Amino acid sequence: MRDFKCISVRRMSKRFGEKLAVDDFSLEFGKEEFVTFLGPSGCGKSTALNCITGLIPITSGEIFIDDECIDDAHRSVPPEKREFGMVFQNYALFPHLTVKENVAFGLKLRKLGKAEVERRVGDALRLVHLDGYASKFPAQMSGGEQQRVAIARCIVLEPRLLLLDEPLSNLDAKLRVELRYELKALHERLRVTTIYVTHDQTEALALSDRIVVLRLGKIQQVGTPEIIFSDPANPFVADFVGFKNAWDGRIESLEEKGGVLSARVRTKGGLLEARLSYSESDPRRAGIVAAFKAGHTVTTAIRPEDIVAGVRSGSNVFRCVADLVEYQGHANSISACIKGCEEARVDLRSGSSVSFGESFEASVDPDKVLLFASGAAQ
Amino acid sequence: MNGRSESGTMALLIPAIVFVLLLFLFPFGYGLFMSLTKADGSFSLANYIRFFQDARDVRTIGVTLGIAVPVTLLAVGLAVPLSYHMRRGVPGERLITFFLIVPVTLGTVLVSEGMLTFMGPNGWLNQLIMALCLSKTPVRFTHNYTGVAISVGLQGFPYAFLMLLGYVSGINPDLEKASQMLGANKWQTFWKVLFPLMVPGIAISFCLNFVMAFSVFPSAVLLGQPSGPQRVIAYAAYQWAFEKFNFNAAAAISMVMAAIELAVIALILAWRSKMYKGASIVGKG
Repeated sequence: MRDFKCISVRRMSKRFGEKLAVDDFSLEFGKEEFVTFLGPSGCGKSTALNCITGLIPITSGEIFIDDECIDDAHRSVPPEKREFGMVFQNYALFPHLTVKENVAFGLKLRKLGKAEVERRVGDALRLVHLDGYASKFPAQMSGGEQQRVAIARCIVLEPRLLLLDEPLSNLDAKLRVELRYELKALHERLRVTTIYVTHDQTEALALSDRIVVLRLGKIQQVGTPEIIFSDPANPFVADFVGFKNAWDGRIESLEEKGGVLSARVRTKGGLLEARLSYSESDPRRAGIVAAFKAGHTVTTAIRPEDIVAGVRSGSNVFRCVADLVEYQGHANSISACIKGCEEARVDLRSGSSVSFGESFEASVDPDKVLLFASGAAQ
Repeated sequence: MNGRSESGTMALLIPAIVFVLLLFLFPFGYGLFMSLTKADGSFSLANYIRFFQDARDVRTIGVTLGIAVPVTLLAVGLAVPLSYHMRRGVPGERLITFFLIVPVTLGTVLVSEGMLTFMGPNGWLNQLIMALCLSKTPVRFTHNYTGVAISVGLQGFPYAFLMLLGYVSGINPDLEKASQMLGANKWQTFWKVLFPLMVPGIAISFCLNFVMAFSVFPSAVLLGQPSGPQRVIAYAAYQWAFEKFNFNAAAAISMVMAAIELAVIALILAWRSKMYKGASIVGKG
C-alpha cells in the first residue's frame, strides 16, 4: 500500500440534471480514521461515496491524497487505479467464482505469484472467520457470510481507503449486530482508513470516529458520535439522532446567570423552560447568547425518553392524553396529545403503565431541552 | 401445500400436456416410425442406408452446416458486443429494436423477395456500388451462398440480440463496479465477469439460432440455387416427400436433421457447463 497522511475532498459537487445530489462537500479524512456518512435515503450519502471512488464522475471540486490530485472534475484517476476497496449493500460477489477465486480476483490482476496469492487469500479468509469456505460458491452461503467474503476481497488488497455502502442493510437484525461487532474489531486490528455509509444511527454511533450527517446533499454536521448524539447542530440532526419532539415556539423571557442561560419558550402546549449550560470560558457562549433574544421564534427538541411521567418540582409539567401506546420491551412508546394540541412522543420505562386514552402528567428536565434558532435547519 | 391443491395444480397442466402430445410427440413418433419402415409397412433401415449412400443427399449436411454454423456464429458474435454496449440503455434504443424486429415480423418470404430486387444485378445496391466505382460489374448477392447467408442472418440476429440484451441487462450492475474497484479495467471486467455470466445466454441463443438456421428452406429456395450448391437438407427432404412422394425417405432425412441439431446442442451445452460452473441464476449476486 502506498502510504499517505490525509485524503481531502474539497468543494465536491455532483449534479444529476437539475438536482444537486452532492452540494459543496468538503471534508478531510485522516489515516486510520473511521468516518460515517449518516442520513436518510436520498440525502446523497451513497452518491458522495461513489464520487470519492470515481465510479460517478464529479461535477466540480477536487479530491486529494496528500498533495496528489486524484480528481479535479476534468482529469481523474480511474477507480481501478485509486487503490480503494468497496463493499456493496448487495455484496456484489461474482456468482461464477468460488469464494477463493473471488478473494483472489484483485491479487491475480496485480500479477502476484501463485504462492503469495494463496497465502494472502488464506490470511484474509481467516481474518473474517471463513477458513474452510474457500471452494464454496456465493449462492451456497448466507448473506452474512457473503458480506464477509466481500470484506475479505477488499482487505486482501490492503486498500488505501475502504468504502462500505450500507453493508449491513440487507442482513437480518441479529446478523447485523454480529457483523457490526466484527467490522469494529477488524478496524481496531487493521486500522484501514474507512468511510461507512448508513441510515442507521446505531451503526454510526457504534462504529465511527467521526460522523458526517447529510441532508439533501449538504453536510449538516461533522463530529464525534458523542457530539452528534448530545449536541446536534440543528433540528434536522436532532430529529435524526432521536430528539423526536420538535416543538416550535417563541421566547418569552431570557435569563443568564453563572454560565446558564434559561429561556422560557411559549409553545402551543404551554410554557417550556430550557436551560443551556456552558462554562464562562466556552467559546460558544457569545454565539449562544447572540442567537437567542426575547421574542425570537425557536424550535425546541426533546428525546422521548427524557419526558417522564408524574409531576416533578418546578416547571415543564404537561397534561397529556395517550392516543397510541406501543410496548417495546425496555419501554412503552407513547404518542400523546398535549392540551393545546402539540404532538408528543414519550418513552416510559416499562412498569409505569399508561393505557390508551388515559390522561397523565408528564414533565421534562429543563436541562434536557435543546433550543434552535428558527431557520437553523439550513 | 396440501394434497388437494397439489392435484389441482397438476390438473392445470393437462391442456399443456395434451398439446405437447398431439402436436409434438405424436408427429415426432410417427415420423420416426415412418423413417424405419418401407412403403409396405415392414421394418427396415433402408431409408437411412439410402440417404447415406446417395452422395447428392449426404452433401446436403455439409451444405446446410456450411450456412448455419458461420451465420449463427456471426449473429451471436455481433449480438454479444452490441447487447453489452446497450446494457444500460442507449438513446434511440426503441428505434433500433424496432428495426431489428421488423424483418422477423414480415417473414422470410417477404424479406427474401425484397432482397431479390434490392440486391439483384439491377437493384439499388448494385447501382450504388457501381456509381461509387467500387466495382465495374454488378456484384452477385442473390442466387448464391451470400444471399442465403444474409437472409438467414437477418432472420436470426434479432433473436440472438434481444435474448442476450435481456440477459446482460439482468446482471447486477454492482458486479461491474466491484470488479473495477478491485483493479480491473473495462476489458478485464468484460472478460472476467460479464462474459462468463453471459455464457448461459450465449449458449441458449446460439442453440436457438442454429436450429432455425439449420432448417433453412425458403431463403435457400428464393435466394440460393436450391438444386445446385445451396441444396440444403430441408430441401432434400421436401423433394423426397413432394416430388418423389416417398414419405419414408423424407422422414429419414428429417430424423438425420434432428440428430445433427441435437448433437450441436449437446456440444454447446457441454461448452456452457465447462465455462460456467457457478450458480445457475445470474446476477442476483
